[in-house]
Amino acid sequence: MASNALRGYFERLGNQVTSGVWQLGFAARFLAYMLLHSGTALRRFSLTIREIYFSGVLSLVIILVSGLFVGMVLGLQGYHTLERYGSSEALGVLVALSLVRELGPVVAGLLFASRAGSAITAEIGLMKATEQISAMEMMAVDPIARVVAPRFWGGVISMPLLAALFSAMGIFGGYLVGVKLIGVDDGAFWSQMQAAVDVREDIVNGVIKSFVFGIAVSWIAVFEGYDAAPTAEGVSRATTRTVVTSSLAILALDFVLTALMFTGGTAT
Amino acid sequence: MNRTTIDLWVGILVAAGLGALLFLALKVGNLASFSAAQTYEVKANFANIGGLKVRAAVKSAGVVVGRVSEIRFDTETYEAVVTMSLNAAYRFPRDTVAKILTSGLLGEQYIGLEAGGDTKMLKNGDRLKLTQSAVVLENLISQFLFNKAAEGKDSAK
Amino acid sequence: MPDSNIVEVENVWFGYDPERPVLRDVSVAIPRGKVVAIMGQSGCGKTTLLRIIGGVHMPTRGRAQVLGELTSELDQDGLYAMRRRMGMLFQFGALFTDMSVYDNVAFQMREHTGLPQDMIHDLVMLKLQAVGLRGAARLMPSELSGGMARRVALARAIALDPQLMLYDEPFTGLDPISFGVIARLVRTLNDALGTTSIVVSHDVQECLDIVDYLYFVADGQVVARGTPEEIRASQEPFVDQFVHGKPDGPVPFNYPAPEYGADLELTKT
Repeated sequence: MASNALRGYFERLGNQVTSGVWQLGFAARFLAYMLLHSGTALRRFSLTIREIYFSGVLSLVIILVSGLFVGMVLGLQGYHTLERYGSSEALGVLVALSLVRELGPVVAGLLFASRAGSAITAEIGLMKATEQISAMEMMAVDPIARVVAPRFWGGVISMPLLAALFSAMGIFGGYLVGVKLIGVDDGAFWSQMQAAVDVREDIVNGVIKSFVFGIAVSWIAVFEGYDAAPTAEGVSRATTRTVVTSSLAILALDFVLTALMFTGGTAT
Repeated sequence: MNRTTIDLWVGILVAAGLGALLFLALKVGNLASFSAAQTYEVKANFANIGGLKVRAAVKSAGVVVGRVSEIRFDTETYEAVVTMSLNAAYRFPRDTVAKILTSGLLGEQYIGLEAGGDTKMLKNGDRLKLTQSAVVLENLISQFLFNKAAEGKDSAK
Repeated sequence: MPDSNIVEVENVWFGYDPERPVLRDVSVAIPRGKVVAIMGQSGCGKTTLLRIIGGVHMPTRGRAQVLGELTSELDQDGLYAMRRRMGMLFQFGALFTDMSVYDNVAFQMREHTGLPQDMIHDLVMLKLQAVGLRGAARLMPSELSGGMARRVALARAIALDPQLMLYDEPFTGLDPISFGVIARLVRTLNDALGTTSIVVSHDVQECLDIVDYLYFVADGQVVARGTPEEIRASQEPFVDQFVHGKPDGPVPFNYPAPEYGADLELTKT
């Protein structure tokens, strides 16, 4: 009896792994197809602009407010820790590097995944459930080119912009708390920061990260939406999957990219 | 939601995003200082470069005058060959000394240039003749202990 | 005779799961200019048949020839070219919810033709007028009732004057007035535009009034066919049960179950 149950368990595990790999392959083919058929999204750019509005502009509030608060907390916590080593003047360095290298791309990515990613998945999933996708197919319009690709590119373009805004807002928040509230020296805050933050190594790498995260989140969001079961339950499960998978992907990619970028490959 | 409102807001987002990037690059990073300057290259040999890294600063009198562009190992002399890119606005005499210094007690290492008195200036591709290697902490400690032991022996005599 | 058939489905077998075919050896022929109904119970395979005609699925066996092309031999471009000559009305309209009524109807014109905006405007108004909704052009789909949404979807489907119209359960869930409106539109549009129409439905009485020919599908096979007069007079048990809505007949009332006594635990098994 126990061996049967064990066997059943392994069979199910094997099934999950094979179906997981199959899903990945399917998702990869989906991405390739979408990239090949992105001509419409780029030629009729107003479609993509509309999606940049819905993913990017409508995420502005949460990104800016979160960025401000994260920066303020960094300023507060950072000060109290640095104070112990008499290095409170390095607060600017701490806030800037944390944000630009890590928190900006990662937290903005997570917020983007939950706000915009889930919205994209729900929208595409619902279009599928209400047969709008089939209707488009029957009208000889490729739904992947017309509906999916603009949303993908809208997300890819919005993400780096939002991450930069998050970092900038965060630094401002750190400045507000550190300099204005606590009293760290204004000049030291900015000058040490400028000396320590390198454009090529820190800022550009941060932008590259946010770009990679944007691709990952947008890909997952459109795929899950397109692949959702055409029922209410199917759409809701797909939305959850988008947020969970995107978040995990962001964190995993963050580790890989950080290892490659900031330790010169010596960590691996 | 009509088209023009959407276009306006997307334009605002893109402008704000690029503005944030510019802010980060200029006010937060060090783009303003060193991007478009003309540079010339100067080499120096060191017995030990310690923790010196590529893109470390080259300073003279505390002012950043260049960056370390390349670090190589010479298999004939078994020394480190450091190539520096110096800002063309600053010319140094040929007997300038290059020292590897540490900023603060445990900070990052950089190259400090002390100008000599030669009338002839360094040209692109020249090699500095006088260098001082990095201070390695272990050597410093063992030297200190050795001195202390010698003192102890002297006073015991 | 074959030339005047817009659609010829011959000996088609199909199943989503190869082990369990939904359609078994089905053959239908749709002559040009006629309105043909495909009727049957829910789940009998009639919508699947419509999808095969629309090129969404390829038959596992047999051939489906639509508008002169074999669907299984078409690549994606060929399939899209064929679909530009077809129009399909989906069960609940399937209007694009993020666009207005006007934009929905104009969709195909904007995607497939290079017509200037004022010409498109006139054409959209023309199509909306045909379904009686010219005044609703600026409304959004969420502001429409079910019947109105279905009419807009119809206007959208005929936007490019297709040669073949497919209707997937067009009368489902409509009030009697909208019902009558749609039924009348199916017939008059077919005759006015000179198209051919295939209506998949289980609303027998309405179909008998408007169509030229009917096919009855049960268990994945064609069990009866004929003109409305022939069907009304038919003695065939399935047709009789279906047309007159009898609860029991060839299609049993009871879902297969073990003996009643055993379920009530009165008799020991």
